[in-house]
Amino acid sequence: MKDSDLRLDGNAAGGLLNEIFPFEMTSAEATCGGCDAMKPIGELMLYNHGMGAVLRCAGCDTALLRVTHIRGFYRLDLSGIRYLQIDDGAH
Amino acid sequence: MAEHFISRGFKGRPRQTDGDIKARIPPGQFETDEFPVLSAGPTPRASLDRWDFSIYGDITEDVKWTWDEFQKLPRETVKVDIHCVTKWSKLDTVWTGVSVETLLKGINLDAQPNVGYLIAFCDGGYTTNLPLADVRDGKAWIAYEYDGRPLAAEHGGPARLLVPHLYFWKSAKWVRGFKLVKEDRQGFWETAGYHNYGDPWKEQRYAGD
Amino acid sequence: MAQRLEWQLGKVVEIRQETPRVKSLILDLPNWTAHLAGQHVDVRLTAEDGYQAQRSYSIASAPEDKNLMLTVEHIEDGEVSPYLTDVLQVGDQLELRGPIGGYFVWNTGDVGDDGSPLLFVAGGSGIAPLMAMIRHRASSEKRIPTKLLFSSRSYDEVIYRDELDRLVATDSSLRVIHTLTRQQPQDWTGYGRRIDRSMLAEVAWPAAEKPLAYTCGPTALVETVANLLLGLGYEPERIKTERFGPTGG
Repeated sequence: MKDSDLRLDGNAAGGLLNEIFPFEMTSAEATCGGCDAMKPIGELMLYNHGMGAVLRCAGCDTALLRVTHIRGFYRLDLSGIRYLQIDDGAH
Repeated sequence: MAEHFISRGFKGRPRQTDGDIKARIPPGQFETDEFPVLSAGPTPRASLDRWDFSIYGDITEDVKWTWDEFQKLPRETVKVDIHCVTKWSKLDTVWTGVSVETLLKGINLDAQPNVGYLIAFCDGGYTTNLPLADVRDGKAWIAYEYDGRPLAAEHGGPARLLVPHLYFWKSAKWVRGFKLVKEDRQGFWETAGYHNYGDPWKEQRYAGD
Repeated sequence: MAQRLEWQLGKVVEIRQETPRVKSLILDLPNWTAHLAGQHVDVRLTAEDGYQAQRSYSIASAPEDKNLMLTVEHIEDGEVSPYLTDVLQVGDQLELRGPIGGYFVWNTGDVGDDGSPLLFVAGGSGIAPLMAMIRHRASSEKRIPTKLLFSSRSYDEVIYRDELDRLVATDSSLRVIHTLTRQQPQDWTGYGRRIDRSMLAEVAWPAAEKPLAYTCGPTALVETVANLLLGLGYEPERIKTERFGPTGG
């Protein structure tokens, strides 16, 4: 089994992230806490583990975002993101 | 509450449990013949000449084994049922490895009665926590073979923790050692809302269950 | 503008057999907001006992089209695709939400007068979002030089083959290059292997023209193509990828 079998683009997390943030999130830009690269979420690697979703930096594998949705609560670990920039779509 | 839309004719993966094995399947689980790979990151690929397993922490002396030394330890082959919190259970899985009890022999745990917990740490950064009592007395192994063959990387090879009496996220893949501690500290999925202990027979899937 | 996508029901109004393993579902969605070419939807199936399964599918129809088209490849031990290709019938309803995605999109409205050339590279059912882009492009008057490199297993498995032939015949600024990786017809003079460096070097626009590249299909193909394009000098921000997963749908 190759690593490429385990991951998708961050694009595939668009629906889940829109449940939490009322914006188009795949083009939101995140600065990686591991290597400082600033990339759109669509360019991160999504590991859709059955227990939760993990979005990792394509360059250094740092986990930028961990999301679980359990008993009506979303839990996000955003500690891997230094800055998150979201377009409010209003301009 | 409005009824949810039902997709006509959709059945999904087989979820019924045969009468004979029903007693072996914990509540809310269904049996599978497959061995799903769930991954939170890229598969670590440790080279055996750099692999080691260590036990350290709130104990007086650390212990460590290289791969060659580990292979010389007494090995056991066990047949166990495993239960994943994502609802699949796989019966009669066969593993070969070293009992954790064997690994703890060299540490004088009686002299350190306050050390009640461990954190398993792994290549790739995964962690999980357990009470020390749950890996002693033949309840847990460090397994390096599955079904008589070297454990595949995507299933946790070269070696993973095996603790079949708890949900399988506690059986940490790519395990490299234990930190023994006085105070419990939650790991990767426990901090994300999953149960701290994880007994499938009490259906302890999520925090608060 | 803050917006939250809600799950909505669409009605299947037509089912088209594209190739032996691939079907297109045409859906009527009363509450649909216009999408951009390249976006996808999440499809959710619910069984009688409440069990749910969810997958993402790229929208294959152009924003200008009246109904929504999803193109689905039957995956052997899949959970969702066999339902969509074997069980769903005209008249059934399908629950979905969308459109999703602002990253893997192409819009003629964004293209300036200097319109850099476009390179689309598709593997199998990865053609779906690129077809939305090609159909959208055909509906505008801008004739941006465009090449599609399309990898399929065999001639019979080329999705949208006739439509692509028609578009190429009427539009000299669009070129489609096929490669058939497992089986080729007797008189085939085209490529007959997986996409590799020399094929891309022959087909792709030179990096100096600052092309914009979109690639979609099985993850392994997408990662190979993205790396090869980088090797040919394409700028990383001008290579957009959409991985479909191990089996390509």
